[in-house]
Amino acid sequence: MSVGAGDPPPQHDAGVAVGVPPGSSDAGTDDILVRVDNLVKYFPIRSAELFRRTVGQVHAVDDVSLTIRRGQTLGLVGETGSGKSTLARCIAGLIPVTSGRVWFEDRQITNLSRRKMQPFRREIQMIFQDPYGSLNPRRRVGSIIGEPFAIHGLASGADRKRRVQELMERVGLNPEHYNRFPAEFSGGQRQRIGVARALALRPKLIICDEPVSALDVSIQAQVLNLLADLQDDYGLSYLFIAHDLDVVRHVSNSVAVMYLGRLAEVGPKAPIYEAPRHPYTAALLSAAPAADPESAAQRQRIILVGDIPSPINPPSGCRFHPRCPKARDLCAEAEPALEPRLGDPDTHLTACHFPIEAGESLAAAGRRETP
Amino acid sequence: MSIATEFAAEAHATESAPEQAIEGRSQWYLTWRRLRHDRVAVGSVVVILIITLLAIAAPLFVSLTHHPPDSTYPLTGTTAAGLPVAPGVHGFWLGTDDVGRDLFIRILYGARVSLFVGVVTTAIAAAAGVSMGLIAGYFGGWVDAVLARFIDAVLAFPYVVLALALAVVLGPSLPVIIGVISFFSWAAISRIVRGQTLSLKEKEFVEAARSLGASPWRIMFLDILPNLLAPVLVLATLAIPQAIVFEATLSYLGLGIQQPTPSWGNILAEAQNFYQEAWWFVVFPAAALLITTLAFNLLGDGIRDAMDPRTERVFAAGRKRRRRGRAPARTVAVTAAAGGPEQPSSAAS
Repeated sequence: MSVGAGDPPPQHDAGVAVGVPPGSSDAGTDDILVRVDNLVKYFPIRSAELFRRTVGQVHAVDDVSLTIRRGQTLGLVGETGSGKSTLARCIAGLIPVTSGRVWFEDRQITNLSRRKMQPFRREIQMIFQDPYGSLNPRRRVGSIIGEPFAIHGLASGADRKRRVQELMERVGLNPEHYNRFPAEFSGGQRQRIGVARALALRPKLIICDEPVSALDVSIQAQVLNLLADLQDDYGLSYLFIAHDLDVVRHVSNSVAVMYLGRLAEVGPKAPIYEAPRHPYTAALLSAAPAADPESAAQRQRIILVGDIPSPINPPSGCRFHPRCPKARDLCAEAEPALEPRLGDPDTHLTACHFPIEAGESLAAAGRRETP
Repeated sequence: MSIATEFAAEAHATESAPEQAIEGRSQWYLTWRRLRHDRVAVGSVVVILIITLLAIAAPLFVSLTHHPPDSTYPLTGTTAAGLPVAPGVHGFWLGTDDVGRDLFIRILYGARVSLFVGVVTTAIAAAAGVSMGLIAGYFGGWVDAVLARFIDAVLAFPYVVLALALAVVLGPSLPVIIGVISFFSWAAISRIVRGQTLSLKEKEFVEAARSLGASPWRIMFLDILPNLLAPVLVLATLAIPQAIVFEATLSYLGLGIQQPTPSWGNILAEAQNFYQEAWWFVVFPAAALLITTLAFNLLGDGIRDAMDPRTERVFAAGRKRRRRGRAPARTVAVTAAAGGPEQPSSAAS
């Protein structure tokens, strides 16, 4: 399967290779909870005139395949606008997908009607980014956390109150605050309310859409530890979206890197953080501030030129090529397949014609600057 | 041992003390607290309560004066020339009308009609307006396109003309009046509810509710509606006087409440021929109408200010600034602000 650095695969291979879920061959499919196959989500751009013709499309998610394993955490990283949240909402069934499939435990859950989706709502829950916007300001905490029970008709009256208070205690809230409004809590406490609500139905998957990026660093650690404890206790799987690479490294078993709606690199945490293959991954890692200033001084920084291009009209070939320090002519012409490169195991996939070899310095390549 | 327990006790004390201080205060409680300090709004509430009590107690006054609203008193209630008698004469507290009926009693019974029409039509209009606005805003697409155009069409109608036509065709009666006024009142509420729903449905808590599997109706009425109650309450308070004036207009034109049932509108219609001979005949029903509608309007404004803490803060800041009024930078800002509205008016004149 391995492909030489200067030996690009033909274009038509791309779709086939991307369709193979990472890790499906070496481990049984039993421990795969969610499989996403070739998921595409375009948002139409309509004209403002009477008949609202579609004048363009935002390529929010373009042909993404990945798997989430039972009891594990998949970290999803990428810049703002790379399509992370859209991907999460497609998996959660909150927005219809343009094409592709989402499988949950061997059952297809793509574009189901609200009624047919209902049983899967109990299995897949979400924690949202904004601890202020995600809780209804006019409802009391007990009613917010008890809402899942009410919707699914699982508990009512005193029973519901008891279960809600158990949940509040479990996530580190005072159960006596049952009748308070969200405005009476701090950001971290509010995020705990969101966690309790997501936990209420004992889901198998919790999609965390940047759950800590709106919180103070000290509070972030508390919420992350809570999520880790809950994972241990209930065998939860997480799809953990973040733009903070250190947070993702802390919580994830494997990592997927998105750029402009496509996956740039997918694989287990260690190789991605220690020896990234994709120049974009390397650039992201080099941009993260280091806790240790001495190692930071030695580190070379790859500064990307320009902004993330418009997803309405994504670049040809490799979408990263206009900003890539290693880009060559081929990159603008052919789209690289997401596949194991340079003899990587087939759990580590990279979509790059010229992946970074071990010991290679990106700083030596074309466009770059040193601080 | 003692130090440790003391510390523990102290910690407990400080922990439990603010616990009570931060006891849950609902939005409504805070609004009520602000409203209580608004003298105009409190005055309006008192006026509305007095008018309501008088309307409820109308039969009591009948038994006091022995003047039922429909009874004419040709001998004591009219002068020799056949004109209404003045207030205080022959036991008619506010005088009589042209056929010798007790004006005070008729105004009280007119208040019953006015308040009933105002409250009932507003309730109907609010229920219809909120439902339509929620449905249009939440579902969007063609549902919204159809409903929004319908709302625009209702708002664009020359409603007085249509109301007159309807009253003529269907015949003037209380249900027809209520139906007509409701039909022309819901659209304004609906349009505002629709706009608010459009913005509220993009909030993350709505997405959270959807991810939990909540039905559209549950989201509309349990998640979005509670966030809309404040503007709807203000709109409803302001819709009541509009409905009262609308009813008075129809009755004045002879297409609303019919004689002998008294209504402020039809009393005024009769009174217009006697304004030179019997000022009380015009002034008292007109004053009743004016005071009632003014009180509701002022209360609506007060509720709006109390609901929206930002408006209060602006006023409070202005008051503080005026009180201090010495910091030069601030003075400049105040004069600049004060000069602002003057300029266009002078330019206009």
